[in-house]
Amino acid sequence: MKTQSCVEVKNEWGIVAARQAGRSLSKEIGFGSVDQARITTAISELSRNIYLYAKRGEICLEVVEKPSKIGVKKGLRIIAQDQGPGIPDIRQVMVDGFTTSGGMGAGLPGVKRLMDEFTIDSEAGEGTVIKATKWLR
Amino acid sequence: MRIPILKLHQYLLISIQVELDDQTALQFQEDLLNKIHNEGSLGVVIDLTSVDMIDSFIAKVLGDVVDMSSLMGAKVVLTGIQPAVAITLIDMGIKLDDVQTALDLEQGLTKLQQELEG
Repeated sequence: MKTQSCVEVKNEWGIVAARQAGRSLSKEIGFGSVDQARITTAISELSRNIYLYAKRGEICLEVVEKPSKIGVKKGLRIIAQDQGPGIPDIRQVMVDGFTTSGGMGAGLPGVKRLMDEFTIDSEAGEGTVIKATKWLR
Repeated sequence: MRIPILKLHQYLLISIQVELDDQTALQFQEDLLNKIHNEGSLGVVIDLTSVDMIDSFIAKVLGDVVDMSSLMGAKVVLTGIQPAVAITLIDMGIKLDDVQTALDLEQGLTKLQQELEG
């Protein structure tokens, strides 16, 4: 049972819309205010990267489940995908302070720390898919 | 969208109560500096009580506006940062160095007064 909803990101309003969708879904799943802020911030970083580097793409949010000691554990997965230029050197973008945009260089390493699971799939010229999951405690 | 900037004697007061998109944040930066210039303000309090998320972009805009105001000669205090926002900023590794903060608007104003008089 997977429900997925996607928000198109092609301008600054897409960033705000993705953020709002993340906040309401994380609230619905039962995340506390701190995790809601973590999830919303992660979505904001990922959608800004899409807008900045790929010009357009989408942020999809899904409710995920996994078995645990106390039954079933729920989580929220963010999937950020675009068909942009891709990331030539993934190791480089995961270093704190690395930036090509004049930003703080806190984006991707920051997202990794905010979430529980984090994967990047990227090919130069093909695009990027980033998946990040937060589990309910 | 414009964020209202209120004048109180030699101070400017701002309470950010809208969902901050990038354009609004940048517009605010410019508006605040112009207002400092036009009013000759000595201090600014930016209250973030209603802000439930600060990402790296917004953090940069806020940090920059503090530095820019200081270049002009006005002191800025950020107030009301929510617990969840403080936790997220530190998780992200974002440090707002040299930025003055206070718990709320009242304490922010007191802090400005002390700095300007002392």
